[in-house]
Amino acid sequence: MKPFGYVRAGSVAHAVQVAAERPGARFLGGGTNLVDLMKLGVESPPLLIDVSRLPLDRIEELPDGGLRIGAMVRNSDLAAAPAVRDRYPVLSQAVLSGASGQLRNTATTGGNLLQRTRCLYFQDVTKPCNKRAPGTGCPAREGAHRDLAVLGHSEHCVATQPSDLAVALAALDATVHLHGPDGERGVPVTTFHRLPGDRPDRDTVIRTGELITAVELPPALPGLHMRYRKARDRSSFAFALVSVAAVLAVRDGAVRHAALAYGGLAHRPWRARAAEAVLHGASATEDTFARAADAELAAARPLRDNGFKVALARGLTVGVLADLAARA
Amino acid sequence: MAAAPSPLGEPLVRREGREKVTGAARYAAEHTPPGCAYAWPVPATIARGRITALDTTAALALPGVHAVLTHLDAPRLAAPGDRTLAVLQDDRVPHRGWYVALVVADGLETARAAAEEVHVSYEPEPHDVRLTPDHPGLYEAELANGLYPGTRERGDFEAAFAAAPATVDATYTMPPLHNHPMEPHASTARWTHGHLTVHDSSQGATKVRDDLAALFGLGPDDVTVISEHVGGGFGSKGTPRPQVVLAAMAAQVTGRPVKLALPRRQLPAVVGHRAPTLQRVRLGASREGDLTVLAQEVTTYTCTVRGFVEGAAVPARVMYASPHSRTLHRVAALDVPSPSWMRAPGEAPGMYALECAVDELAVHLDIDPVELRIRNEPDAEPDSGRPFSSRHLVECLRQGADRFGWLPRDRRPALRREGDLLVGTGVAAATYPYVLVGGSAAEARAHPDGTYRIRVNATDIGTGARTVLAQIAAAALGAPEDHIRIEIGSSDLPPGVLAGGSGGTASWGWAVHKAATALVARLREEPGPLPPNGLAATADTYQEAAATSPYARHSFGAHFAEVQVDTVTGEVRVRRLLGMFAAGRILNPRTARSQLIGGMTMGLGMALTEDCELDPVHGDFTACDLASYHVPVCADIHGIEVHWIDEDDPHLNPMGSKGIGEIGIVGTAAALANAFWHATGIRLRDLPLTPDKVLERLSG
Repeated sequence: MKPFGYVRAGSVAHAVQVAAERPGARFLGGGTNLVDLMKLGVESPPLLIDVSRLPLDRIEELPDGGLRIGAMVRNSDLAAAPAVRDRYPVLSQAVLSGASGQLRNTATTGGNLLQRTRCLYFQDVTKPCNKRAPGTGCPAREGAHRDLAVLGHSEHCVATQPSDLAVALAALDATVHLHGPDGERGVPVTTFHRLPGDRPDRDTVIRTGELITAVELPPALPGLHMRYRKARDRSSFAFALVSVAAVLAVRDGAVRHAALAYGGLAHRPWRARAAEAVLHGASATEDTFARAADAELAAARPLRDNGFKVALARGLTVGVLADLAARA
Repeated sequence: MAAAPSPLGEPLVRREGREKVTGAARYAAEHTPPGCAYAWPVPATIARGRITALDTTAALALPGVHAVLTHLDAPRLAAPGDRTLAVLQDDRVPHRGWYVALVVADGLETARAAAEEVHVSYEPEPHDVRLTPDHPGLYEAELANGLYPGTRERGDFEAAFAAAPATVDATYTMPPLHNHPMEPHASTARWTHGHLTVHDSSQGATKVRDDLAALFGLGPDDVTVISEHVGGGFGSKGTPRPQVVLAAMAAQVTGRPVKLALPRRQLPAVVGHRAPTLQRVRLGASREGDLTVLAQEVTTYTCTVRGFVEGAAVPARVMYASPHSRTLHRVAALDVPSPSWMRAPGEAPGMYALECAVDELAVHLDIDPVELRIRNEPDAEPDSGRPFSSRHLVECLRQGADRFGWLPRDRRPALRREGDLLVGTGVAAATYPYVLVGGSAAEARAHPDGTYRIRVNATDIGTGARTVLAQIAAAALGAPEDHIRIEIGSSDLPPGVLAGGSGGTASWGWAVHKAATALVARLREEPGPLPPNGLAATADTYQEAAATSPYARHSFGAHFAEVQVDTVTGEVRVRRLLGMFAAGRILNPRTARSQLIGGMTMGLGMALTEDCELDPVHGDFTACDLASYHVPVCADIHGIEVHWIDEDDPHLNPMGSKGIGEIGIVGTAAALANAFWHATGIRLRDLPLTPDKVLERLSG
């Protein structure tokens, strides 16, 4: 058997201290991705620090009207929480569109953000992969890459971030709260995940020993309409080919607020700033929405077999924004 | 005593249903004899070549590891008929994923960890896994699966096609598909005083017993194979697979019982799969829709280990009257894992292509596709000239159309829009042969307490075999069904054929019927109290199975589908599926319906979601787990309706049954693809109809 240590963290400070002392140690939340990767030989941590029993499993109201979601809140509980369903429906929809009921019952908020790409080469230790084994190459560029990135990829890696939750959080301007050996810090979800560049082995900006303790949502202002829509190969239990999380406010026919994020397009949830720039103040028409999508997707560099994602993202953008504008 | 009413045709519940849903039913990997060790295989990481060195030192050094079997030291086997069973016998690597070593350890985790410590050096050779329409290795196959002739011609195809007033010439492609039964291939083997006993997940334990005996140089009585409960096979457990040979070897070498359950991700490379096909179909007809000429030319691959030809052009020989016809198979041996049986091998891909082409012809001629099929109904089997024992395709089409609400239907495509959705309907016909794959033997015994015991080595692969055999026995004995005990699933029982070819019930059931009938006669001849052991009669159906019928015997069906296509996302979703079948007498409507729904669901996967390619660089399949190989999920299934025609066919067997295990899949994909055309006006002739392809065509 391949031995590894297991310790149950008694507190956040304890978890962080143990992690800092043991290079390669991994925090264990729901384990729905990490344990799979350990079975595949992709991950072989010497130590698992079980953080699933830490008191981080509550959803709390913040004084400013925002919401603080503990890192150990299970996906099912997050999606079902009345405050989330009422004020941040895009988040509830995103979570419910991912995985299966059984997985959502187990997977945690923090773990969901840290799940790793489902690129087939990353998951197969008999093949090269720059993300798993830096410097070995990227067979996906020439191989099976229909599901992989069209934006922000590098010659070293074309992987996509698979989380639905993260896409909704990116559109909501959520902040990831980290607790590490050097104290606490907050990182916007939009910059929490990295682009691959020449270090595709690093998915996020998280530092050694840092633990996600919470995700904070800013207040949901009145008049915001939001929606998550995901295109996939089958109706459930499939990762996004492309997904879009959109938040929109329209007044007097003009866009007053727009936030847009894509899943399935890049190594991180892709916040569409260029599209938002087109949307702000513009008339809320399908033409505007199409121009916004085009502005964002102009940077797309599809691979041989995933060019459809550009058209798909464009169509989803127009469709979802038009739907939201119609409600406004 | 008055005879009990016959339970044949009654919707009895599965006899072992309670055990299955409560977890009490034990499958092959759930037997753990004392001292049981666990095995984990090591797959080759090259696509072709030789093993030059094996270093097992580190693996053997791990505590708890008992043995590492390789081709250098594994027991020598007699040469098998199926060379995929010649595991660990030489240094050749014929494809990626071929097993090169087997680790045996105290525990599963240890075996798995040790497998990663087996270091194999290879001399790789150039490999080729890419099937192309003009592959230089293609040759015309003499035989297709099922021993059907590879090529059949009648009339003058070229001249007739050139002269036909209306023609269709289209090519349809499908990727490799995987069986992926819920229960992986698993075996638990032990040797006791020279006797080999194996719990194996198999569709036919008698064949596994015979093959193991031959491989290990044993007599058939020295081997017992038990397949009590089997969690699906879909053809991939129809004959022995490597795991049963490896488990037996490992038990022999270590002197312990050994359990081996193949990991899901290794299944695609070693248990068989449906080979990809490129199919060119050419149809020619009069303006009125009389088919005069039909050609179906299939291009596919086989592996270098053994031959297998997906007989996709075979069903065309059964379907439609046409004086001129050519059906053939071209095949190239590539460095790919061995293709084999997958539910309706031949019929499923072949009828997809043929029935789409018929739909294209109907569109071309502006004739209702149901009417076009009816118009070309043959009087006798077109290929053989033999009369049909029964053929109710026309009734299936008509009654199915009525139930589905096929008419009124605007035949023009791309007209039914609901927001972003386009909606359409489609139809396709289905056929599957009635084949007695082989004979079976059975014993029926009457006990003094008024109960009966039936023994036959049938296999329940999830179909409800126990239940239907009890119904057959009860009917023949004139006894209440709950007075019948059924023993199946062991090679120590009177031998039975595999659960395959949709022929299990016909073969086992006939033997059971015969034995039960003989028992009734014997009881009549020997009246009086029964001896303590009761009285028994045995029978077999070897003669019946070997006899040739003057009739062409097939099941038929008609599939109707309604799909919606999201023009924004390219997602194709199924609103309704309706299957209308004529498959002889339905012996148990409950279990039959379940199988037909299952087949249609699998056809839905073939049409819309199941996709797998061979990676040309690495030579292996790209989708090896159930996260990446998309079988349909419950959310993909909305309305599935199954109906059948009560068919009375005296030319089959005493029960009057055909088979229902496979025909459900056969017409589903074509019905869905045709509905997709009706919805969008686009002929997308490349399965599955995934959003990437759909969007490309919608925008193109």
